Formats: sequence, structure tokens, C-alpha cells
Amino acid sequence: MTEGTANGTTRGNALRDRLSDFVSQIAAAGALIVVFVFLSFASPDFLTADNLFNIGSQTAVVAVIAVGMTLVIITAGIDLSVGSVAALAGVMGALLMSSVGLPMPLAALGGTLVGAACGLTNGLLVSVAGLNPFIATLGMLSVARGIVYIATDAQSVFGLPDSFRLLGQGVVAGGIPIPVVIIIAVAIAGYVVLSRTRLGRYAYAMGSNLEAARLSGIPIRRYLTSVYVISGALAGFGGMIAASRVASGQPNYGIGLELDVIAAAVIGGASLFGGQGTVVGTLIGAFLIALIRNGAVLLNVNTFYQQVIIGVIIWIAVFWDQYRRRKLASASE
Amino acid sequence: MTTETGIGTKEPVVRLRGVSKEFPGVLAVDGVDLDILPGEVHVVAGENGAGKSTLMKLLSQVERPSSGTVELAGEPVEYHGPGHAQHLGVAMVYQEFALAPDLSVAENLYLGREPGRFGFVNRGKEMEEAGGLLRRVGLNVGPRRLVAGLTVAEMQRVEIAKALAIDAKVVIMDEPTATLAEREIEDLFGVIKALTDDGIAILYISHRLDEIFRIADRVTVMRDGKVVDTLPISELDEDKLVRLMVGREIGNLYPKPDVDVGDVLLRVSGVKRGEKLKDCSFEVRAGEVLGFAGLVGAGRTELARAVFGADRVDGGAVELEGRKLKIKKPQDAIEAGVGYLTEDRKGEGLALQLGVDQNITLANLPMTRGLISLKEEGRIARKRRDELNIRTPSIRRRVQVLSGGNQQKVVVARWLETEAKVLFFDEPARGIDVGAKAEMFGLIGDLAQEGRGIVLISSYLPELLNMCDRILVMREGEVAGVIGREEFSEERVIALATGTGEAA
Ligand SMILES: Nc1ncnc2c1ncn2[C@@H]1O[C@H](COP(=O)(O)OP(=O)(O)OP(=O)(O)O)[C@@H](O)[C@H]1O
Ligand SMILES: [Mg+2]
Repeated sequence: MTEGTANGTTRGNALRDRLSDFVSQIAAAGALIVVFVFLSFASPDFLTADNLFNIGSQTAVVAVIAVGMTLVIITAGIDLSVGSVAALAGVMGALLMSSVGLPMPLAALGGTLVGAACGLTNGLLVSVAGLNPFIATLGMLSVARGIVYIATDAQSVFGLPDSFRLLGQGVVAGGIPIPVVIIIAVAIAGYVVLSRTRLGRYAYAMGSNLEAARLSGIPIRRYLTSVYVISGALAGFGGMIAASRVASGQPNYGIGLELDVIAAAVIGGASLFGGQGTVVGTLIGAFLIALIRNGAVLLNVNTFYQQVIIGVIIWIAVFWDQYRRRKLASASE
Repeated sequence: MTTETGIGTKEPVVRLRGVSKEFPGVLAVDGVDLDILPGEVHVVAGENGAGKSTLMKLLSQVERPSSGTVELAGEPVEYHGPGHAQHLGVAMVYQEFALAPDLSVAENLYLGREPGRFGFVNRGKEMEEAGGLLRRVGLNVGPRRLVAGLTVAEMQRVEIAKALAIDAKVVIMDEPTATLAEREIEDLFGVIKALTDDGIAILYISHRLDEIFRIADRVTVMRDGKVVDTLPISELDEDKLVRLMVGREIGNLYPKPDVDVGDVLLRVSGVKRGEKLKDCSFEVRAGEVLGFAGLVGAGRTELARAVFGADRVDGGAVELEGRKLKIKKPQDAIEAGVGYLTEDRKGEGLALQLGVDQNITLANLPMTRGLISLKEEGRIARKRRDELNIRTPSIRRRVQVLSGGNQQKVVVARWLETEAKVLFFDEPARGIDVGAKAEMFGLIGDLAQEGRGIVLISSYLPELLNMCDRILVMREGEVAGVIGREEFSEERVIALATGTGEAA
């Protein structure tokens, strides 16, 4: 490589380097398109405005929470507590409306803050107490669920104002579902955070090499904690959307939700080893999962098979991630 | 180190013909022909990114050649991955990474090829053979010891023993002395001699000229992926070798500018940390280059890390420009204007999965209105790339795939971006080529000229003797003495470092 040729192809190389970051997204997007086209032919009910909007709304919960999960995974962490936290937030938000009588927006904010508080606990356990993220959030998975049952005596919370339905079931002008608008807003915010803020950049750096990040003067504890707070807050907000969709606070909501959320992030190219992941990829992953679930219903496939299919997709996505890593690692050492 | 028969008469163990390897945007190895003879120490030299490591990986089948043929013992070999190369007698000595820390030395030696039958391991046999191999590589540790407790040098020796265990014909060592102390290097050379006497060929990569002239039988110089020439060591001298490597004359390797040393910038007093640091004090003046000398383990890196806030200390005070600093973590030091370039760039310096640009700006992100300015980031990265001559096809490439020396330059670029007033350079020349070394020291000189204070930590005395205004010598966690430039001599430094002879 002489200087001359290096300069001659600089542009092409920069483009290629940028593209190589998107390989997994391109693969996931390809899968998304294939499933979409397949369902369009396989079921007459698929390609209808109603169904598509329905998918959009259904995806909202997973997509919103998965954006936070992506951030956590980029730092080489994991948040297993999102399902329980979503349930806790949904129930608490519902109680704020039914028992305290708060108006809908304040209650939604309240639920989100409950999630943020859970996230703060996770974050402190990881960054200050030094617990492994897997263990810290596994504990929270159990603690949050326990609190839900204690607070509700395992009974659903009803008696919510009609205005609450807006969040998960409403539409804005032109008939676009509010959940879809929420997905777009959260995605844009997440994208900006990841690509243009300190928090995002430091998340990648910490996930890639924690010691290098520390020696570069990055306040590790603060940023690591923030990442879990964001994940918790988004889980809380997602829980409110879910509660709105069924117009009640459900103590049993979200058991196993973390699987779909983690799967969405991983399918979209987030690496469990840290340092990698994008919002766009995660959204693609979330929609892929939603399409598979929706398609299964339309085609009358037993719901238990959905579980199997999604599990297999996770295997493939993680295998692909590790395969690429191994190639890179062997190349550099 | 050649044995009595002349080199020309032997059949080569390795024969490469027209071997190339292309990565996106880089022709890393370009049509290489190379013969390796049994029993020779064959050094591969060249600039950072010249393709040395890649060439070794083609031989050890870590990478698949894009074209060309590899012959071992006269037979062309197919690519089947590293296991296959080992089977054919090509061993690569990695540093620590390839060993399983929780297994014993013997278990590591036979990992994957345990003696015994039907899935049962014959432990007695394993221990006995392991003991023999360890003796051959001059390692005095029991085969039952856990690898986790060994020093880097000992692990390296286990790696070499592993090569013997598979009956290797060729042993590849990629910068094996980079993490060794002087004495350990001597021992390693002894082992290499013993191996070559047994007819094993050694392929050896190094940037240290003194080393090359000590052990090489023949030297192959690479530049831009091509072989420039292969010569017996007797036909080379330092100047000629450097010229072959970089394709031009290198004027002065240590261009130290004349600087008027100013006021005290950094004053460190009474820094303590357990047994590692005992009451260390020193000061650095504006425009001064202060050297830290001492044996490996004397506490030079520990002292720098303590001042920088990377490790907790038991006591001590740090003042910058007369102001008392409270440094509890690296962030505090950086904000105050103190920077530290780590010696272990992969482990502590680089975020391997991030791009060159992102690594350069990591300690000082260019922000506009709360957001990272990607344009500014690109500009900074390109400027530093050109300035330090970082060889990368694009500034967005992951640093993971850069050559070792270019990775080092990326870390340096990061610290230049922080505009630190005092900079600690811990072994900055390790693993970089002569050309880059001259650039690096030129840069250190420039930084001093700008009025910054520089601390240069190095195990290689000529670097310190040439670049520094004063040298602080450490011994067993203490400051053994400080020598001014007019009194510099290798003997004085060594006397202080080892505690022999009269003190300063
Ligand atoms: N896996 C990879 N992907 C892309 N480029 C690579 C890869 N591995 C090496 N390169 C490139 O190939 C070139 C040769 O690299 P190599 O590591 O062989 O250099 P080297 O001679 O060992 O340098 P050094 O002395 O700095 O270790 C460099 O430009 C490097 O960036
Ligand atoms: Mg190399």
C-alpha cells in the first residue's frame, strides 16, 4: 500500500468501513423483507391498513424498550428486568390514575419514573457495587415482579379514565396510530443519543474497552448508571403503553418480554460482547419479531411455535455475531 | 548461530512463492517469495504496516492467502486453519493469550493432544514429558503450577515448550521481547540458540535493531507488503538495514531540540502505595524531558499511574503550576492537564471496535451545542493521521485491524488532542518502527519546545540518554536518584537501578 493508492481509494474505503458496520442490519432488513413479502402472498388479511397499523401498535412496546436495551448491550451489559419493570410501571401508573386520580399524562410520567428508579437501582448495583449486570438485573426481575404482586395482591387494576386509551390505541390526524408516532420519536431520540452525544459515544467506548475508557478520563460510574436508568425509564414507558392497550394495569404483564427485547437488539446487530449496536438495527429486529408473531396468528400457526421460531432466530443472530467477531479477532492477533 | 554446514546447502523447511494477502483497501502482503532454512534465525524487519505479522499469519494458517503457494518440507500445503499448520510443524508463539490460565502448565502443553487412550488422560506420562520439555526451554517451574500464576516471560516460555511438544520445525515469534525485561531477553536468546542447534528454524519479528544484529542469521526486509531483500546479517549494518526498511535516510533518531527549561510545572511529593511505591517525590519543569529509568518492576509505571489517578494511593501530594491537585481518578488528572500514555495499548489504550477517528477524540470530544461535531471529529482525525503518518485506508477503520505500530500512534494522537500540560509517555517506542520512532521522539521534542513537561518511561537506555534533560532512576519502589544531563552515563544509571557501586 503506497501513499498514492491509499489516497486514491480513501473515499471508497471510508464508505466500505461505514457499510461494514451495517452488515448485520442489512442481513436483518433482508430477512424482514422476505417475511413481509411471504406474508403478503400467504395471507389476504396481511396487507391491509388495519393489520399493518395493528402491527405498528403491537411493535411499540418491544421497540421502545429495545432502544434502551441496545444502549445497555452496547456497554457489554444486559437488562433482564425490563419485563417486570414494565409490569410494575404499568400497575403503578394505573394506580396513580385509579386511586390517586392523577390525569393521564402525569400518570404516564409517573410510570416512567418508576421504571427509571428501577433502572437507577440496577445501574448502581452494576457500577458502584460492581455486580455483574446479568445478576444485578436478574435480581431486579424478581424484586420488581414481587412488588407488583404485593402492591396489587395479584389483582388487575381497572377503573382507568378513557383518555388513557390514547397512548396505546389512539390515532393522530391522518389515522396514524399514536404508538407508531412514539416508536418514531423514541427511535430518533435514541439515534441522536447513540451517534451524537457523549453518553452514546462513551457507551460504545466502555463496551469496547472499559479500562481504556477509564484511562481516557470518562466518568465510568456516572455513564454506566445513566445507561441503566434510560433502559429502566423506557421499560417503564413501554409498560404504560402496554397497560393502555388493555386499559388496565396487569400484574402478570411482561413475563418473558425481555426475550423479545433482547432478541430485537441482537437480531439488529447489537453484540452481547459490547461495543456494537444501532437503533435502526434494533427497530428492524423488533419489526421482524412482530411480523413473525402477526403472521403466525394470521396463518393459524399454534402460538407455541412462535416461541420456537423466535428462539431459533436468536441463535442464528448470535451465531452470526460471534462468527464475525472470531474472524476479526483472529485477523488482529 | 548457524551450525557448521553452510546455509546454502540445506533444503528449506518453508518455501513461499508469490504469496499475497489482500484486505479491503490494503494489499498487506504482495507477491512474497521466501525460503526459511532449518536451524536459522530468520528475522523479518520492516516498517509498521509493512505486512510482517500478516505474512506470519499466512504461514501459521491463521489467515488464508489470496494467492501464491506455501510449501513445507518440499510439499505444497492446503489451507485448513491454524490446527493444520501446527500439525505440519509450524508453531506460533503468542504472548499469554493462547494459554488457559486455570489449567496447569502441563495441561496447557498437551491441550487437545492429551496422552492416553479412550478419553482418559495418562497424567503420569503427561507430567513426565512436560518436565522434560520445560527443562529444554530453561523454565524452572513445576508442570503442575497453574498458568495464571506465571509471569509474562514464563508464559512465553510455556508457549515455546508447546511448540516443542508438537515437534515444530518452524517457530514464529512476533515481537517476543516487547514485554520482557532485559534479563529475560537474554534468557530467551539462550533458548532460541538451543532450538536452532536442534535444527528448528526461528522466524523472528522485531523493531529493535540491537536485537536483530545479535541473533539474526539472515534478515528479510519488507516494505509495503513486498520483500525488498533477503540478506545474511554479515552483509548488513544498521544504516543499511534502516535504509532498506524505510527507503530513505533517517537523520537523527533522537532529535532533541535545545529548550530553555522553565519553571516547575508538576511537583509530586511523598507518593506511597503499599510495597510498590515508597515515598516517591519528583518534579517536572516546563520544556523539560524527565526520564524514568529502572529495572522492570522497579515501580516506574506504578508511579506514573499513581500520579495520574489510575490506581489508588496511600498518600502523597501533586501540584501543578503551584496549585494543589486532588486527583482521585484519571478524569481529575486529565481535567487538570496531566496525560498518561499506557504501555499496554491493547489492554488499556484502545477501544478496538471503534474507528481510528473515535479513538483519537475519545479523551476530548469536539462538541457543538451539546452534540458531537462529526465534521470537526473527521477534521481532527485527518490532521493527526497526516501529522503522525498513521497508516490506515480510512479514518473510520476499526483500530482492531491496524498494525501494532499504527495502533500505538492512534493512542499518541488521542493525548495530543487533550492539550495536556504534562504528559507521561510509558514505553512509547515499543513496537514501532525506526522511522516512526524518530517521528515519535521528534514529536516529544516538539511538545517540550511548546513548554510542556514530558516524562519518558523507557527500558531502553539510549532513548533516555539521548532524549532527556534529567533521568530519575527507580529501584524497588523508591527513587534511587536523579541524574542531570551533564552527568549522563549508562553505568551511572545501571549502578543506581541495581543498587551496586556508589550512589548519586
Ligand atoms: N484483518 C485485517 N483487516 C484489514 N486490514 C488488515 C487486517 N490485518 C492487517 N491489516 C492491514 O494490513 C497491513 C499490514 O499489517 P501487519 O499487521 O502485517 O503489519 P506489520 O508489518 O506487522 O506492522 P507492525 O510492525 O506495526 O506490527 C496494515 O496496513 C494493516 O492495517
Ligand atoms: Mg505486527
